[in-house]
Amino acid sequence: MTAFYLGSAVFLLANVAIALLRVLRGPTAADRMLSGELMGTTAVALLLLLYGATGVEALLDVALVFALLAAMAVITFVRRTWPEDPAADSEKEDP
Amino acid sequence: MRALPSHTVFDRGSGDPAMTLLHTAFDALLLLSMIVLAWQGVHARNMFRAVVSFMMFGLLTAVAWVRLEAPDIALAEAALGAGLTGALLLATLGRLEGDVSIERASRRAVRIPLPWAALGLVGATSLLAVALALPAPGLGGRVQEAMPAAGIDAPVTAVLLNFRSWDTLLEIAVMLLAVIALWSLGRDVLASPSRLPAPALPALVRLLFPLFILSTFYLLWRGGYGPGGAFPAGALLAAGLVLALLAGARVPKRVTGAPLRWALAAGLLAFLVVALAVMAESGVFFAYPEDYAPLLIAVVEIAAGLSIGVMLTALFLGGEPVSGDPVGGDPVGGDR
Amino acid sequence: MTDAIALFLILLGLLFFFSGTVGLLRFPDAFTRLHALSKADTLALGLVCAGLALQADDGLLRAKLLLIWLLVLISGATCSSLIARAALAHGIRPWQR
Repeated sequence: MTAFYLGSAVFLLANVAIALLRVLRGPTAADRMLSGELMGTTAVALLLLLYGATGVEALLDVALVFALLAAMAVITFVRRTWPEDPAADSEKEDP
Repeated sequence: MRALPSHTVFDRGSGDPAMTLLHTAFDALLLLSMIVLAWQGVHARNMFRAVVSFMMFGLLTAVAWVRLEAPDIALAEAALGAGLTGALLLATLGRLEGDVSIERASRRAVRIPLPWAALGLVGATSLLAVALALPAPGLGGRVQEAMPAAGIDAPVTAVLLNFRSWDTLLEIAVMLLAVIALWSLGRDVLASPSRLPAPALPALVRLLFPLFILSTFYLLWRGGYGPGGAFPAGALLAAGLVLALLAGARVPKRVTGAPLRWALAAGLLAFLVVALAVMAESGVFFAYPEDYAPLLIAVVEIAAGLSIGVMLTALFLGGEPVSGDPVGGDPVGGDR
Repeated sequence: MTDAIALFLILLGLLFFFSGTVGLLRFPDAFTRLHALSKADTLALGLVCAGLALQADDGLLRAKLLLIWLLVLISGATCSSLIARAALAHGIRPWQR
């Protein structure tokens, strides 16, 4: 099973690497934040699979910390970084 | 799935070519993604993109520490990198002028002359070759020798709070200085909450807040046996408090004065008192008598963890909370 | 037998992670991408957790895996709503054919 867990972890990491394209492309801040969210979830699964491969229980704690903090970035983003401005529609998608 | 001794985390040199290939693929993908993100974090023309890249870099750094068989550091990186650092940067972006999510076109691309680039590449490669040829450095052996006298089972906590407690004391002093410097710049900036209706947010925070407190104490307790301890615990406590603030809770008036200051200073004070008290017994600063070592380490760890949490929250507040604020009694109060 | 079921669940989870990534890259706007992303938060991670829980030695580890999944589930749902509301407030219109 160790090889299977490790192989799955490699697959997830490849997913992460591809999802980076969305951070580069955007176009809006919401899209970039979304890729951050996906990456957070993928990192949790990655740590769980590494736990499966190695049996180190501390990795579950790391995954638990990630899971607890999953909402942190988005909440700060919505509350602080991207204050809504009804007049502004400069966020239209552009290629 | 069976628990293995920690030094066989990833089997190296087992000779199985399939496993070696998987490990190599994992490392290559991790390094590639980290390099792309680091480059974006420094050079992206769009500041928001830079911040998101930096936050993702933090996530992958935690994974890299796991791969380097350092779960303690992975835990601290997860708690700080995925939580507070990102929140601080995002909140800072919100205070900057203009729309930070727009590309800035004016910045010139950095051009490195070809000879310098070639020289740098050769230099970096030779440094890497030398580093790989050297014997692996480390003080692991000496720590293992000293562990029986440490008064605690976890080697990392023993290093942080016993063998090298002087360093940790100074780290906490530096954090406190940062808070003092920030407070001297002005008052807190939480008075500009978003008007966006978010009914789910207070509900989520009410649910999560007790879990944050529980995990803080879980990590403090774990610090005595394995990966855990004051720094990740403090970071989680701060994350919980910051979430409560973002959901609309206010710093209650009754804690903004003396109680807040005592909480900020508690870690440093406990550290100093313990260091001086054991001096009376042994004549050496920070030389714990073996009988009392576990108790003293626990006292310092709990005080430091709580203090670190409050200090990080104070940094997020961005200034001294003024006691004239409108007060919500409920610490995880409603959405205004 | 347990191994085979665990293997199947984790593979299925990986498939949903993959579809989430593809959706994030291929879908036309933030709202549709949100739809792809939520599969990763809920189904994909849930399946991976379930597969690992089948392999776990004791109940405490299973409880921890369940807790991790529930936390990501709840956070993911809230964050999706927050991002969608913020995007709407910023004048981003949902994509139409």
